[in-house]
Amino acid sequence: MNFVVNGVARTVEVYGLKRLLDVLREDLQLTGAKEGCGEGECGACAVLIDGELVNSCLVAAAQVEGAQVVTVEGIPTGALQSCFVEKGGAQCGICTPGMIVAAHKFLQSGAEATDGNVREAIAGNLCRCTGYAKIVEAVQAVARR
Amino acid sequence: MISRIPVTSARSLAEAHEVLSARPPGLRVLAGGTDFMAALNARVGTERIGHVLDIWQVPELRGIEVRDGFLRIGALTTYAELMRSNEVLSSLPALSAVSREVGAVAIQNRGTLGGNVCNASPAGDTLPLLLAAEARLIVGGPRGERSVPVDEFFLGYRKTALGADELLQRIDLPLLSGARLSYRKVGTRKAQSVSRVLVAVRKGAGPLRIAAGCVGPIPLRCKHAEAAAEQGGDLREALLRDIAPIDDIRATAVYRGRVTANVLLRLLE
Repeated sequence: MNFVVNGVARTVEVYGLKRLLDVLREDLQLTGAKEGCGEGECGACAVLIDGELVNSCLVAAAQVEGAQVVTVEGIPTGALQSCFVEKGGAQCGICTPGMIVAAHKFLQSGAEATDGNVREAIAGNLCRCTGYAKIVEAVQAVARR
Repeated sequence: MISRIPVTSARSLAEAHEVLSARPPGLRVLAGGTDFMAALNARVGTERIGHVLDIWQVPELRGIEVRDGFLRIGALTTYAELMRSNEVLSSLPALSAVSREVGAVAIQNRGTLGGNVCNASPAGDTLPLLLAAEARLIVGGPRGERSVPVDEFFLGYRKTALGADELLQRIDLPLLSGARLSYRKVGTRKAQSVSRVLVAVRKGAGPLRIAAGCVGPIPLRCKHAEAAAEQGGDLREALLRDIAPIDDIRATAVYRGRVTANVLLRLLE
């Protein structure tokens, strides 16, 4: 299978129903995306496919032939990550990769960083540590910069 | 190993029909994967899958248009597309609104209207609305196309009228001027929940239509309730004849019956 991951063309030999999440973690050693629930409820495995936020545990390898995939490793390090650290938006870390990918997508959209808009953008990414307030604050802090 | 099940990714409708005409044993169709892959991960029903036809990249199954008095929606149209579509927002806004209540962004980007129909869950969020709107399902395969009224499509628990060599290709919703579709989803919370009760109503033009989900093995047209509402009978009593709710992890049968009736009365106000 041929696809582009974080801007690099990759070829992997995998079964068609192998989950994109497992292709990333096992075949490409990109272990940023995490398996939380394996059923599309938690968002820990979120990545962008052709610019859209998806749960990589629900995508079959065969379905990303020719696609552009961006994982948390492909998101430039900068204000987004430092604001998560400064505001306490990253604690145990399991949800963080998915949160960063979802927040990156939101910030790119140029939408106003109201409480409601940020919460809608990160909805589907479950966090058991922060109570979400610190994550929302972090995203809003990036938007203000 | 489950992942070794062979997959054919069709790039056109003709390629998809080719796979269907060969009728490989245990054929399953994969669209956005939000139900299919979750079931695969949980090893639910996987022993019956022999071959997977992936239709995600079949362009003919996408797109939304208004034509000949119908809102025509390609089976692969995602919830995100339904939420944003100007055609849907202006002609059937309830369909945009219900799409917003299916999961969160990552699910809305991948889950499809056709998938919701073919998965045939009694708790499928869009299905009562399609029933109330008297949608027609355009199914097709190597033997040609046919149109199935949505209330003849659901035959039993997760059983549909699709033939072994057929695909759901399009959902056509009649646009009646003056008709208004409304619905209510009741879940455990306001967002991202699996429905406990779903009710949809069409009123204002054409015959009154009432449909409900989560209250039987299939999403249901409520014909007794429709008659009672039009002729002034006891609506609660009539509704109880239409539905057959059960107790499960999400709600009790008594709760489902009472809340379905309460919500219906409000929608009819």
